[in-house]
Amino acid sequence: MQNFENKVALVTGASRGIGKAIAELLASQGAKVIGTATSDKGAAAISDYLGSKGKGLALDVTDSDSLQQVIKDIEKEYGSIDILVNNAGITRDNLMMRMKDDEWDAVLNTNLSAVFKVCKAVVRGMMKRRNGRIINISSVVGTTGNPGQVNYCAAKAGLVGFSKAMAKEVAARGITVNCVAPGFIDTDMTKSLNDEQKQAIFDNIPASRLGEPAEIAAAVAFLASDGAAYITGETIHVNGGMAMV
Amino acid sequence: MSTIEERVKKIIVEQLGVKEEEVKPEASFENDLGADSLDTVELVMALEEEFETEIPDEEAEKIKTVQSAIDYVNNHSND
Repeated sequence: MQNFENKVALVTGASRGIGKAIAELLASQGAKVIGTATSDKGAAAISDYLGSKGKGLALDVTDSDSLQQVIKDIEKEYGSIDILVNNAGITRDNLMMRMKDDEWDAVLNTNLSAVFKVCKAVVRGMMKRRNGRIINISSVVGTTGNPGQVNYCAAKAGLVGFSKAMAKEVAARGITVNCVAPGFIDTDMTKSLNDEQKQAIFDNIPASRLGEPAEIAAAVAFLASDGAAYITGETIHVNGGMAMV
Repeated sequence: MSTIEERVKKIIVEQLGVKEEEVKPEASFENDLGADSLDTVELVMALEEEFETEIPDEEAEKIKTVQSAIDYVNNHSND
């Protein structure tokens, strides 16, 4: 159990799935949590489940201008952000030879470029306070590859390189940047996989089950804790043994 | 009330941990005052705070010496 009293956490894509589990866990351990969703409805759902422990905000992470304004508003209301969890992600699966430019662009924009933008907006406050935790949610398929997901795999592998480079830049300022790479977790995103894809994946999971969102949240909470201060540029794989790297 | 020059120099002394007499107008943050590139970024952040302004990235990159910092603030300050 970590203690996040007096810490402010920003979790993107927090209306459901892994993001929701992360927001709930950080909040239950004392953090004031701001969760973002793309729609007002999603934001309201976040405010609902967080109750007095935080609130939901509608934010399109790919929109630089509204992003900077939202970060400023959060910092004005709650103080500087201590913990940033870049979780928002989308899929637009297609075979590489059939993939449209807009499918490629949408996934790269949301899953990779937006992380750069959010980090850039948030890191200033962390630099000033000589303390900060950034956790980027990557994916096992960024390491192993997965047919039908060249865009998603490229973006998720990109996050690992991004995190390592940023980690080196800001390590001397007490800020850590790490990734958590989930395997196959029981969420709406994996429900959209077809049976053939699921069976192929399932055959390769030594733990013989899907992971729970709470099991990803636990790794995130550890990396966000004071105890993880000396871990940076690292990726923790949480995948039931399906890829040991 | 301190002059802009004095306030800029004070911030440089604080941010870079150098002695006041080292902060000569022609001194380069990275070559003469021992700053690395990230120190310079933080210095610009401190200037933005002190003078309540936002320095665009393309301008910030030109602030490399004590004099260039003073000039920037003189040209853009509301004071």
